Amino acid sequence: MSEGRSAAAAPGAGETASPRRLVDFVLRLRTFGIIVVLAAFVLATALDQARFVDGGNIRFILTQTALYALVAVGEAMVIMTRNVDLSVGSIVGLSAYVSANQFGAHHAPIVVVFLVGLAVGLVCGIANGAITAIGRVPSLVVTLATLYIIRGVDTIVVGSGEVVASTEPNSFLNIPQATVIGIPVLALAVAVVVAVAAFYLNYFRSGRDLYAIGSDPAAARLAGIPIARRVFGAFVISGALAGVAGVIWASQYATINSTAANGLELQIVAAVVVGGVAIFGGSGSVVGAALGALLLQTINSALNTVGVSSLWTEAIAGFLLVVAITLDRAVQLRLSAALRRRRVRLGA
Amino acid sequence: MGEDSGTAAGGEPILRLIDATKAFGAVHALEGVSLELYGGEVHALVGENGAGKSTLVKILGGVHQPDSGMLVAADGSELVLTDPRDARDAGISIIYQEPTLFPDLTVAENVFIGRQPRRGRRIDHGAMRRQTRVLFERLGIGLDPDRVARGLSIAEQQIVEIAKALSFDARVVVMDEPTAALSAIEVARLFGIVESLRSHGAAVAFISHRLEEVFAICQRVTVLRDGRRVMSQPLEGLSASDLVRTMVGRDIAAREHVAREHGEAVLRVQGLTRAGIFEDISFDVRAGEIVALAGLVGAGRSEVARAAFGIDEYDSGRVSVGDRALRRASPRAAMDAGVAFVPEDRRQQGLVMDLSITDNIALASLRRLRRHGLLSAAVERRFASDWAGRLQVKYGRLANPATSLSGGNQQKVVLAKWLSREPAVLIVDEPTRGIDIATKSEVHRILAESASRGVAVLVISSELPEVLAVADRILVMREGRLQAELIRAEATEETIMAAATGQAHVLAPVLEEDAP
Repeated sequence: MSEGRSAAAAPGAGETASPRRLVDFVLRLRTFGIIVVLAAFVLATALDQARFVDGGNIRFILTQTALYALVAVGEAMVIMTRNVDLSVGSIVGLSAYVSANQFGAHHAPIVVVFLVGLAVGLVCGIANGAITAIGRVPSLVVTLATLYIIRGVDTIVVGSGEVVASTEPNSFLNIPQATVIGIPVLALAVAVVVAVAAFYLNYFRSGRDLYAIGSDPAAARLAGIPIARRVFGAFVISGALAGVAGVIWASQYATINSTAANGLELQIVAAVVVGGVAIFGGSGSVVGAALGALLLQTINSALNTVGVSSLWTEAIAGFLLVVAITLDRAVQLRLSAALRRRRVRLGA
Repeated sequence: MGEDSGTAAGGEPILRLIDATKAFGAVHALEGVSLELYGGEVHALVGENGAGKSTLVKILGGVHQPDSGMLVAADGSELVLTDPRDARDAGISIIYQEPTLFPDLTVAENVFIGRQPRRGRRIDHGAMRRQTRVLFERLGIGLDPDRVARGLSIAEQQIVEIAKALSFDARVVVMDEPTAALSAIEVARLFGIVESLRSHGAAVAFISHRLEEVFAICQRVTVLRDGRRVMSQPLEGLSASDLVRTMVGRDIAAREHVAREHGEAVLRVQGLTRAGIFEDISFDVRAGEIVALAGLVGAGRSEVARAAFGIDEYDSGRVSVGDRALRRASPRAAMDAGVAFVPEDRRQQGLVMDLSITDNIALASLRRLRRHGLLSAAVERRFASDWAGRLQVKYGRLANPATSLSGGNQQKVVLAKWLSREPAVLIVDEPTRGIDIATKSEVHRILAESASRGVAVLVISSELPEVLAVADRILVMREGRLQAELIRAEATEETIMAAATGQAHVLAPVLEEDAP
């Protein structure tokens, strides 16, 4: 009793330093952790197979990453709001077919093909956002449903046919190989998207609202944040980016049937979470999400290079996911424990 | 109420609520309540639990819209608040009992969320940080604007909320029980801030159960009872007992009480402590006795019961049943020792809503109903219909889901579920919350009958008439400690309320009162 009272005399201000340092430390550790794991994989693989770090392979990894990172940026923005978009794989698949099909069907120029992909993504994103935000249905259920619906539409549209390389112009199929000062153009373009998204999330009120909504939806309501509009916006962006990614998918794989990008959504969610975006929203960054995509693609390629079966790649991605989520949870527990200890010291 | 009190206030109120009524379903939370908030004045809003204070606060904050009645601003125009943003734009700031910060955002961002200072269209993080620091200096606290809100103490969270109010120059600041979780020093600091808000001309509405605080900082008081305003006047000339009498002053229902033989102490709680929640709680409940744990919401009553039953951990102390000490944090051990616990929230914790009435009643007794390890539907049904009959549950068919029952009958099913285990100790948390009056008295009868059969009953209740109707002995908790122990003969609504609000120096104190 008397102990509690005397401790209460200590000013509150001095004690705020330790939890803050803890949080900062963990957050930095998180981004830093991705880079360390990344470096370790690159180094270990390079020691075994030097060709892993030659220009061609690095360019290959970056090009592969570009597509995943693009989708991951949109997904990260959705997850930040304590939602999830499981339909991105289906959107990429549908967009890839519908957009690339414009070459054969209408001899459309490349710009139009990209716009068609974007439009497909926008439509899907608007549907997801409207049902989730306005209909107030949990996004997990909504996007699980649209995952199948969009894939179903894809299957009907494609039928037994497929888009083949011969119908697509070489200028389109060469996009993944294009470089500027040795760096793949796709990687640069996606880096710009990541930078714009990061800037938006940090410097615009509506961007900060996304974090606030995920951090505490009830508090967001009391703060007068237009939750429905913001969540809707996040889904539209996620859909739009997935739509554009579909066109990139088409340029990379050339042959597109109704199974294109099947299961991509889980790899994307994995990349986002490994990249440090909390699965229950409120924290993380699109840069982290992009790094997460880079890490998973690098591991993929590294295991391939040293001759490990691609089956293992998925297991390792899963393992990283568990590590990332466990780390999140451990941090939460550490912090609430710290809070409780502090409250006890201050007395009730 | 039209006359002015003669404090710093000018003639007209800054904010006036006129004749507001709000109902949630059949429950009338507010009926024709008016409130006048004057600049330069701290206005106390007091009343028992459930008197309608929180609803009033949420109307002022734009969270709820009144069914009828209106809000009028200082210039005489009507204010329509359709959401919290409107309230903020009207210069009204609400500091809720549970602070509403974003744990993942920085303190500065929490202060300015939705209103971040901008350069062009971009948020100016530097300016936001500087302005936050200035606000904190004005409040005399050295919080770092860049730290995240996660991990802040309740007191610090409130400071952030107050900084938010200052940042948009709120003319009306409503504080809903801001001191409930604060230490004496933090309360003193908060009072300093309230005083400075007042002297700057803001109207402060202050809600507190601690009457000494009301007298320390308020100039005017409004008392709510059962959703109606029963008093609104300057505080000067009133005493604490005036307020207590006004708060509880309803007709006290006739109490018929059958004397019961009390046996040996069955449930023994000794020195139970959980840091920051409750402290040094000791009491006995004897066979055939009903003991009520009274006190205000947040005094730690439910927490004590949960810890005694083993749902929550406790730091030190001892719980025993008969001469058997209970393993801590093990509801299973408590149940094996013959303790039954009926939780507060029957929808979430007491019943499986989608299961049938039969299944719900039999659920806690399945082991006893087994024959050769198997359950027979017929045995279960007979068992359930027997207990449903004893407790006079009104149901359509026993096979219907629990959702088909009214709230009162759901509560009877929960009671049947536990009483059918024939427990030695029955702990009931808020047994009649949200139940109509007729069923209420039936629940009281069930509790009395259980006690007559020799069960030791511990009832937690926020409703004083209920406490007085059922209890043989009343333990009053205040801020995590046992404040008073009243035997039936000396208990009145006034004595309980006085103990619960810390006015109980005249009563036999269980513990020395050491707070200032």
